[in-house]
Amino acid sequence: MRTRLTAGLGLALFSLAAPSAPAASRFVQDPYPSTYAPIASAPVLIHNATVLTGTGTRLDNADVLLRDGRIAAVGPALPVPADAVRVDGQGKWVTPGIIDVHSHLGVYPSPGVSAHSDGNEMTAPVTANVWAEHSVWPQDPGFAAALAGGVTAMQVLPGSANLVGGRGVTLKNVPATTYQAMKFPGAPWGLKMACGENPKRVYGGGKGVAPGTRMGNVAGYRAAFIDASEYIAKNTPKKPKKKRWFSGGDKGDSAGDAGGKRDLKLDTLAGAIQGDIRVHIHCYRADEMATMLDLSHEFGFRIAAFHHAVEAYKLSDRLAAEGVCGALWADWWGFKMEAFDGIQDNIALVDRPANSCAIVHSDSPEGIQRLNQEAAKAIANARRAGIEIAPERAMMWLTLNAARSLGVEKQTGSLEPGKMGDVVIWNGSPFSSYALAEKVYIDGHAVYDRQDTRRQPLSDFMLGQEARP
Amino acid sequence: MSAMNRVAAQPLGSRCRAWLGTTALLMLTALPLQAQDLLIRNATVHTATARGSLTNTDVLVQGGVIRAVGTGLSAPAGVPVVEAGGKPLTPALFGGITDIGIDEVSGESTTVDSALKLPDQPLRPEFDVSLAYNPASVLIPVARLDGIGFTALGANSGGGFIAGQGGVVRLDGSADPIGPLALYVRLGAPGAELTGSSRAAQWMLLEQMVSEARGRVPADSPHALLTPAGRATLARYLAGQGRIVVQVDRAADIRQLLRWAAREKVRIAIAGGAEAWRLAPQLAQARVPVFVDALGNLPTSFDQLGATLDNAARLHAAGVAVSFAQRDDASHNARKMRQLAGNAVANGLPWADGLAGLTRVPAQVLGVGDRIGTLEPGKLADLVLWDGDPLDVGHYAEQVWLGGRAMPMRSRQTELRDRYLAPPTTEPRAYSR
Repeated sequence: MRTRLTAGLGLALFSLAAPSAPAASRFVQDPYPSTYAPIASAPVLIHNATVLTGTGTRLDNADVLLRDGRIAAVGPALPVPADAVRVDGQGKWVTPGIIDVHSHLGVYPSPGVSAHSDGNEMTAPVTANVWAEHSVWPQDPGFAAALAGGVTAMQVLPGSANLVGGRGVTLKNVPATTYQAMKFPGAPWGLKMACGENPKRVYGGGKGVAPGTRMGNVAGYRAAFIDASEYIAKNTPKKPKKKRWFSGGDKGDSAGDAGGKRDLKLDTLAGAIQGDIRVHIHCYRADEMATMLDLSHEFGFRIAAFHHAVEAYKLSDRLAAEGVCGALWADWWGFKMEAFDGIQDNIALVDRPANSCAIVHSDSPEGIQRLNQEAAKAIANARRAGIEIAPERAMMWLTLNAARSLGVEKQTGSLEPGKMGDVVIWNGSPFSSYALAEKVYIDGHAVYDRQDTRRQPLSDFMLGQEARP
Repeated sequence: MSAMNRVAAQPLGSRCRAWLGTTALLMLTALPLQAQDLLIRNATVHTATARGSLTNTDVLVQGGVIRAVGTGLSAPAGVPVVEAGGKPLTPALFGGITDIGIDEVSGESTTVDSALKLPDQPLRPEFDVSLAYNPASVLIPVARLDGIGFTALGANSGGGFIAGQGGVVRLDGSADPIGPLALYVRLGAPGAELTGSSRAAQWMLLEQMVSEARGRVPADSPHALLTPAGRATLARYLAGQGRIVVQVDRAADIRQLLRWAAREKVRIAIAGGAEAWRLAPQLAQARVPVFVDALGNLPTSFDQLGATLDNAARLHAAGVAVSFAQRDDASHNARKMRQLAGNAVANGLPWADGLAGLTRVPAQVLGVGDRIGTLEPGKLADLVLWDGDPLDVGHYAEQVWLGGRAMPMRSRQTELRDRYLAPPTTEPRAYSR
């Protein structure tokens, strides 16, 4: 029988490992807070498995102990606690839970009906005011399918129709009735931006309004960030003026940081400039990525990752030097002009420089189910090009690097003591067509078991469907 | 479309008995063109026939055709030998139902010829996309590099639920299809959009077209749907010449389709078939093959509520011939086909049937099984040597031969790769190639 932890205990657990949250800037206050609470479980000892820690290390014949929802220990021949559930890991591989930094689950759910098409606010080119989380349909059957593929967390983003699409949200992949119950505690928001063909096609091509060109795109970003910079200046608390006997009473707001009316759009952009919101940019071409890097310097924000980035291999050194991740497909290409230079070695080439941050992402309800296989393709293609990539390194593309770009790397993304017990047990090496996630744990709780249909979540939508397998 | 010359097929030189590493292949491109003769020695030969898989086996190719499959074969004088070192050798793979050569950049309409858009005349079964096929497409070397040797050119619907026809092309740079054309039809919700917003209207219109093709409607009827050429085309399929490939997912629609096909005595195949498993015995009995989207397990639409990764395995267990088809961007990602097969195997399809679904089954279904699709004497030497299990995405194609000729293991993508793989110099990369 599952029992929910009391709210108090849940909070206590988080305060142990999560960095103490700084007082949130007014730009990133959250009136829609996470209500996620881990489910209490007995300790789990996974015994004698091949362990990829997510930090670039492989341990053969190693054990993993989960306790109180956390990774308690990783290493050879751990003592079995008396109250632990022992799982035989012989022949199995154990990895951190996979994290997809680019998903539209819930906002473009299955079935793809018009009533649930909530991923792109295609009514203006800058919609920094919208939040993807307000579109998430938690009953999307795609969440459970992704879980069966070992995905324990994901960032759900608005689509790429707009220059600035809005805020993305990081979710834990647990079945829930509300998105707040999936919301990753303490994760920063993402800001979705888009380069290139999509915004100019949707607005200039489709609606006859700006932007209609790539130069129009850049003018649009700059105008938005100019507004945001001014907004920050207006909202920065000013030194209280010395009171004079002839001064009148206080005007404006009581805190002395009057910026006029609150603006949701500018809140988000200001949060991005101040580094509290992570900037994730859909951008295919190398030259446009360079433009966006200049834009980030112009306005003083940091880019967490370029997404899709099929030409990232053309400037992989610069991405690594600037600390920008590349969130990439293994081999998708050619469906539009800006994707025409896609190659099968993009991930490997982005991974190659020192301090690189290559990530395998999906942008697809099918792809998210087998990110491990996408990484397998990248490894095989790299081998064909003469580059050997060890499984333990490739695992970082799916876990720790993804967590870094989302700003949750202190909580999850690797099998290190103290981190969330987000763990996958595979039937063998995950880098294969035949790899299957057998058991998936989130915060130490078994949320999926391939052998036990009762331990496989089923969305409300699929319940009672006669056609269901 | 970006300029990329089709790379002429290069043969192996007789002096080259060395292992086919990258370096060896680059060297080969300088050798003179020779006859398409070859002995591949000591491979694990997956025949895709009843002979199954044969270890430590040799394959002799003469004149571009497989002459012998056995052990201890010797090379006639001057025939080059490739030492396979026990690695897997398969027939060249099926790339699926694609727009390769008729869709270069999907987002650029001037490069796309796969769909007929004549709003006033949407029902033109005589439309044949093969006529637009461009053998210089950069998609061809991209697919071939990953072991794809042939594909079915599928007409897409551009306004009518009868999309048109397409042939089978081998990806060796030849200009024309081999074998018969197939007719592509879309039923269910996607077809309903094109037939007055009701899937019932598909059957109404189909019945009328059949009546016209069978001559039961006067040619000058003001209500005729088909042109004279369209009548002739449909009449050929109604006479059992050529396969009608129907994209359909919902079990109820498949049931109607089986009734219609039995009544009209046409040869059909199903593409997609998300809920085909629910009618597996009926499909087996009617000998209807299914091109399964083996990665499709989501209820992407209300036609696909029964989608499951077990589809291929369940169909096969009931005796249905199973091949594979991708739903999205099948052309640029034709190389993903072996991932479909591998995942079908991971979900219960026997490995040999996964391979057959990429080789023998599609070749037979599409009417070219007499020449390609299996590795046996008499068949064209369309072969792939792999560095490991071909159904596992963790392995890649080391060498592809089509008609016995070693294909250059290059594509526009490997040229981009090599340009940016090299360390930077003071010269811009535009000078390197």
